[in-house]
Amino acid sequence: MGEFFKNYSREKLEKVLEKIGVKDVEELYSDVPDEIKIKGELNLPKALNEMEIEKYVGKVLEKNMVHDEVLTFLGAGLPPHYVPAAIESIISRSEFYTAYTPYQPEISQGILQALFEYQSMICELTAMDVANSSMYDWATGAAEALRMALRVKGKKKVLIGENIGPDRKNVIKTYLEPLECDILEVNYDGVCGRIDLGDLEKKVKDACALYIENPNFFGIIEKDAAKMADIIHKEGGVFIVGVDPISLGLLKPPGEYGADIVVGEGQNLGGWLNFGGPSLGIFACRWDMSLVRQMPGRIIGMTTDLSGERRAFTMVLQTREQHIRREQATSNICTNEALMAVAAAAYLALLGSKGLRKLAIEIFERAHYACRRLSEVKNVIVPHFSGEFYQEFTLKLVGEDINRVFDRMIERKIIPGLILTKYFPKLDNVLLSCFTEVHSVENIEKLVEAFKEVMV
Amino acid sequence: MFRQARWIEPLLNELTKEEGVLEKVKLEGLPDEIVRDKLDIPNLTETRVVRHFMRLSQMNFGVDFGTYPLGSCTMKYNPKVCERIVSNYKLKMLHPLQPQETCQGILQILYELAQCLVEITGAHKACLVPSAGAHGEFVGALMIRAAIKDRGELDTRREMIIPDSAHGTNPASAAMAGFRIVKVPSNNEGLVDTEALKSVVGKRTAGIMLTVPNTLGLFEKKIIEIVNIVKEVGGYTYYDGANLNALMGKVRPGDMGFDIIHLNLHKTFATPHGGGGPGSGPVCASENVEEYLPVPLIEFDGRKYYLEYDRPKSIGFVRGFHGNISVLVKAYVYIRLLGSMGLKSASERAVVNSNYLLSLLDKEFYEVPYSTSMPRKHEFVVSVGKALREKGVSAKDIAKALIDYGVHAPTIYFPLIVQEALMIEPTETESFEEVEEYARILNEIAYRAYHDPEWIKSTPHNTSVGRIDEAKASHPRTMRLNWRNLEKV
Repeated sequence: MGEFFKNYSREKLEKVLEKIGVKDVEELYSDVPDEIKIKGELNLPKALNEMEIEKYVGKVLEKNMVHDEVLTFLGAGLPPHYVPAAIESIISRSEFYTAYTPYQPEISQGILQALFEYQSMICELTAMDVANSSMYDWATGAAEALRMALRVKGKKKVLIGENIGPDRKNVIKTYLEPLECDILEVNYDGVCGRIDLGDLEKKVKDACALYIENPNFFGIIEKDAAKMADIIHKEGGVFIVGVDPISLGLLKPPGEYGADIVVGEGQNLGGWLNFGGPSLGIFACRWDMSLVRQMPGRIIGMTTDLSGERRAFTMVLQTREQHIRREQATSNICTNEALMAVAAAAYLALLGSKGLRKLAIEIFERAHYACRRLSEVKNVIVPHFSGEFYQEFTLKLVGEDINRVFDRMIERKIIPGLILTKYFPKLDNVLLSCFTEVHSVENIEKLVEAFKEVMV
Repeated sequence: MFRQARWIEPLLNELTKEEGVLEKVKLEGLPDEIVRDKLDIPNLTETRVVRHFMRLSQMNFGVDFGTYPLGSCTMKYNPKVCERIVSNYKLKMLHPLQPQETCQGILQILYELAQCLVEITGAHKACLVPSAGAHGEFVGALMIRAAIKDRGELDTRREMIIPDSAHGTNPASAAMAGFRIVKVPSNNEGLVDTEALKSVVGKRTAGIMLTVPNTLGLFEKKIIEIVNIVKEVGGYTYYDGANLNALMGKVRPGDMGFDIIHLNLHKTFATPHGGGGPGSGPVCASENVEEYLPVPLIEFDGRKYYLEYDRPKSIGFVRGFHGNISVLVKAYVYIRLLGSMGLKSASERAVVNSNYLLSLLDKEFYEVPYSTSMPRKHEFVVSVGKALREKGVSAKDIAKALIDYGVHAPTIYFPLIVQEALMIEPTETESFEEVEEYARILNEIAYRAYHDPEWIKSTPHNTSVGRIDEAKASHPRTMRLNWRNLEKV
């Protein structure tokens, strides 16, 4: 166990202070008014040594119950995924993780190239042309995308799907509040769970952007997304799509159905759940300079060194950014989620297109298997919405109160999903469950059995 | 002697010629027209992927490899035990929407961290959700907006006062929250000009955003007066905690009278910066504005810990879920490792190191702007304007020469009020020997700037690439933003 800074002998310290020209350390704080100086000590818990703190935190974290002890079928924006060991080897290289933002590119080529590759693979995945090197998370990415659309178009009205994730909806409202604009929700169809195109037509006038998610919060694939793109484009607006990146191993990418900006949660790509963060906001757009110049966040570009002989990477288009443009900047974002972007790049590289396809199919099949099996349970209507789904679907419970069912599932050490009533009051007794590669057939069977016991 | 690796490492997509055509797939419940048929992500072996990223890592430089005195970034050593503690499976596999009785462990740690941050800042309540310093600033600006709206004064109070020495994020964050920026100049001591401040405050003032110590490394000795000037006209005071590393255990922003304070855990509290994040920017609030903090907060009812969302005046949600959790845990571990005495010693040593480094520099070359008699805090700023005028050697040239010695450069060209600025923050985790060595290198560069300026202008030579062609990088005709548009433009 080491010290992080050295305790010097009084003699050495005195020499240093003498060189500085002060008689003691306190003199270096002589400009701090006496009346506010701390007399005595901060009231903090007692210091522990390295061994003690490791034990202590380990013991406290024991109280958490995770996947193996409590079988969890929660997704809702953060589906659980396996993280290959190689990812951890890569991001625990301290050349990466103990570096700052690459302000001196010549000595930071490693992370710059990795981020350039991250951007490139995000472009491939989403079929967009320009990706930034990260936002904080999906929700802030979606909010910044709408702010960007408002800047580009200079209008005062945006549309968002009623069936997007509630945390995205909430963050969008917070981020857009100062712009004093109208945020209108486009209803979903109560039968299929997809966006109601008729309602979109009705509300689109004067809107400068439409934000939807695909798959949407209910797990359903918005197969009419191309029509939505047409509707908002006719109005001169920007089409923004939120995605689960792994689903794009299987599903048509937003760039092929008219999206102008794509956002999403990249924590899924090589990051653990970690109770919700560190997260990774994906942000990409079309090659249109009016959009690119308004993008938030850091963008890495490829160039050469001055010899022209060696390929090199550096941060580009910095005149959009706060350290140069100050209050005129496209966003205030500075520190982002760079290391998570490196993890995502490593994850995508490890899986490759084939691995991603295979994984997305496995997830799709597992969710559909679960759906079929659960449909055999009495008084469970599944799926509640009729639309095609990917990894999540909704279950409606009949005759039993959902909270009671939930409690009895917890007794059986199962978290069957997310109760939606809190987020969507009109969805009474509806649960959202998620299935990925981490859920084995045995896990699913256990869930089915538990439902059978509880739903008598 | 420093020599960085110089791998000629191709891009991932150049490592294979195979096209990314996907196998056709027919799945029940999935219409053909929504299945993608092409995805150009290369298929490589794990061996090659690992080699690729390991080679890249060798062309990167972190604080584990040498002095990294980026001003206002507080690049201190990141204790290794923090990394091991957060690799706990009981944290890694925990879903944020799990019932709270299954998350008591992490909630307890986060609650204890929030308590520590409240004590360190002298505030009343802390919210751990914001993901970075600038995120915390935006949150703070939104809270000020909400408080003013509550008073029914949003139509008139639209001005945020920001000193000309502030970080760029301050004006950007305030502007995002709908404020007009009023710049207040520094006086000839490099501090806020209180007379100028008095002349700009009034009924239109929403608040002030202040970094203390400021970006020149100077403590605002009239801090109480500054805070009062703004409060007397009904404005709020925001403390940018980027530079808190100078003050832990010595003086608290809350005791200075600040209403809202953000912290950068990836600076002051030793969590690694990850090459640009993840960071964490908790926001602490005094009693009069704590009701506006974002949700959720973490509370304890004597029996269990819980996430509190029921706060009617809150500005609401500012990100998905509850924050960059593993970063928060690392900061907690750091605080517990040091304790109150350790944190105070860390700040004192950071200030000693900064002043010691300044005392060792050749002041003919590295000119000290503003008051030379005032002690600096954790960082200081020097100008190499004279070298530029006399020898054509710029701050950028000095930075490139420094990295050739295997140490990182300081922050350059900032603050904007100093010409050819070098902003240097050694932090407490550099030993006196390392501080002396950094000074030696800077002085050697100063000497060479006059005796061999062409060498300085040609640096770096020892890094994996030579000086970057920035013009080519950002010119619309040569800009390359992903591997797909390499041939396109």
